Amino acid sequence: MRRGVFLLLLVLLVAALALALAVGPYPLRLADVIDTLVRAFGGERGAPTAGEIVFGRVRLPRVAAGLLVGAALSGAGATYQTMFRNPLVSPDILGVATGAGLGAVAGILLSLPVVGIQALAFAGGLATVVLVYLIAAALRGHDRTLVLVLGGVVVGALAGACISLVKIMADPYDQLPAITFWLLGSLAGVKLGDLAVAAPLVLAGLVPLALYRWRIGVLSLGDDEARALGVDVRRLRGIVIAAATLMTASVVAIAGVIGWIGLMMPHIARMLVGPNFARLLPASMLLGAAFMLAVDTVARSLARVETPLGILTAVLGAPFFLWLLARGRQSWG
Amino acid sequence: MRLEAQDLAIGYPGHLVGRGIALALEPGEVLCLLGPNGAGKTTLFRTLLGLQPPLGGAVLIDGVPLGDLAPAEIARRLAYVPQAHVTEFSYSVLDVVLMGRTARLKAFASPGAADERIALQKLSVLGIAELASHDYTKISGGQRQLALIARALAQEAPILVLDEPTASLDFGNQALVLARIRELAGEDFGIVLSTHDPDHALMVGTRVAVIADGGLRAIGPPAEVVTPAMLSAIYRTAVLVEETPSGHRVCVPAWESG
Repeated sequence: MRRGVFLLLLVLLVAALALALAVGPYPLRLADVIDTLVRAFGGERGAPTAGEIVFGRVRLPRVAAGLLVGAALSGAGATYQTMFRNPLVSPDILGVATGAGLGAVAGILLSLPVVGIQALAFAGGLATVVLVYLIAAALRGHDRTLVLVLGGVVVGALAGACISLVKIMADPYDQLPAITFWLLGSLAGVKLGDLAVAAPLVLAGLVPLALYRWRIGVLSLGDDEARALGVDVRRLRGIVIAAATLMTASVVAIAGVIGWIGLMMPHIARMLVGPNFARLLPASMLLGAAFMLAVDTVARSLARVETPLGILTAVLGAPFFLWLLARGRQSWG
Repeated sequence: MRLEAQDLAIGYPGHLVGRGIALALEPGEVLCLLGPNGAGKTTLFRTLLGLQPPLGGAVLIDGVPLGDLAPAEIARRLAYVPQAHVTEFSYSVLDVVLMGRTARLKAFASPGAADERIALQKLSVLGIAELASHDYTKISGGQRQLALIARALAQEAPILVLDEPTASLDFGNQALVLARIRELAGEDFGIVLSTHDPDHALMVGTRVAVIADGGLRAIGPPAEVVTPAMLSAIYRTAVLVEETPSGHRVCVPAWESG
């Protein structure tokens, strides 16, 4: 049954992929796709057709970005939900997305080029989590997990306040719209170059999570029991936070703040494959990638102007959560 | 495998809970910790398990201080059975017991077929093998406690530390768990358990230690330590210890009759 579920998730992903590739303002034909691939492998055929350009320069990077962002956010969410023993936790619990947001809006305020904005976003995300971790380390004698969460709430709130400050200081005609759109998330501006940097970073975060998957699951029993079972809780927690932060900061830097995916997808994945982290992690990532593609396809097609992803994920997320609550607690685990 | 506490002071930074605690545990012994609420039994347990550092003195396993051992090394020698609780997520009973194999696995490894066999065998030993695929959060409190004991057995550690294993269990389940503890002692495990019920100490203990008033009040065979005087002193209420016709000793509050 378990294996069947993963097959189903793969089919779902492929379907979302096919849909994402096909749907769009410019109608693509299969020939365009094939020609682009042939050209990529060196088969020259004269100048590329408009279809190939659309596919190679616009559609493909966007779809690849959707896969990466969806998988990274869901993987990070599944990790934090397991580590913090709480199915209501999002990848932003330690403030990485809010911190990245602050870095990005500061970059927009300073009129930096896109690369600068992305770099500041990445740095902001990492710096926020480092700050939270240092606060937790300084406050000894308290439940470390609780202090991490509270630290994340506090630092996240501070970062949020700073974002509001930046919004006030920004130029209302040029910069403020850019800030608003960035904070709502979009895959429209993602280029292959961005992916070339973000993808290895996400992979770098994923590797330790995959290697330590059993022990991360043991962490969900609580610090005392995990330690008594032989897990070096402090060390593993540091590794896990670093890995999840790397994954989240990388994708937030290129796509903006996209909420709810990191919270919802691990939930659904847990209902499908159970809480065992070795299964939860890949299932969350598959589901997250498929969902991100589906949402982005809708975002591109809903209206003449692109709908920011953050709006769509929230509109879909809130009712979903109510439905989960209505179903009762037994569906969460 | 010998667990020893030498002149142990326990507590939290700035808050001393107990001091001058000395005890030793040999294989085949069942050491029962008795004491009133707030006396520090849980703090002592956490210190013995290495979950918090002692404020003074040392905890030694075969002469090696706990502080010199990595968590996995401690877990291969000491197994902790906490009070039965509900986990946040719905793991299967087998998954819960498999978590006990963690200390025996390499850093990046997950349990394999051999580990599953061991986990199932420990469940059988405790008579709950049929619960392996059940949801741990949906079985009874007594069954959960047994599952946690199975998890500790899966660690294959020679010393078991059980924190009030009969708390919140019904009478039948209490008897079940205590019977299993006696069987394990017969198999040469060294067992430390804390309990609120002096009757349990009389039933399974080979030695009883009383934790009260900031230290170790007494330690010795049950018949010597579990006396009306001692019980009345630590629980601040008059207690009688009587022998039943079948030869068991039981504790009863000394109420006026009639």
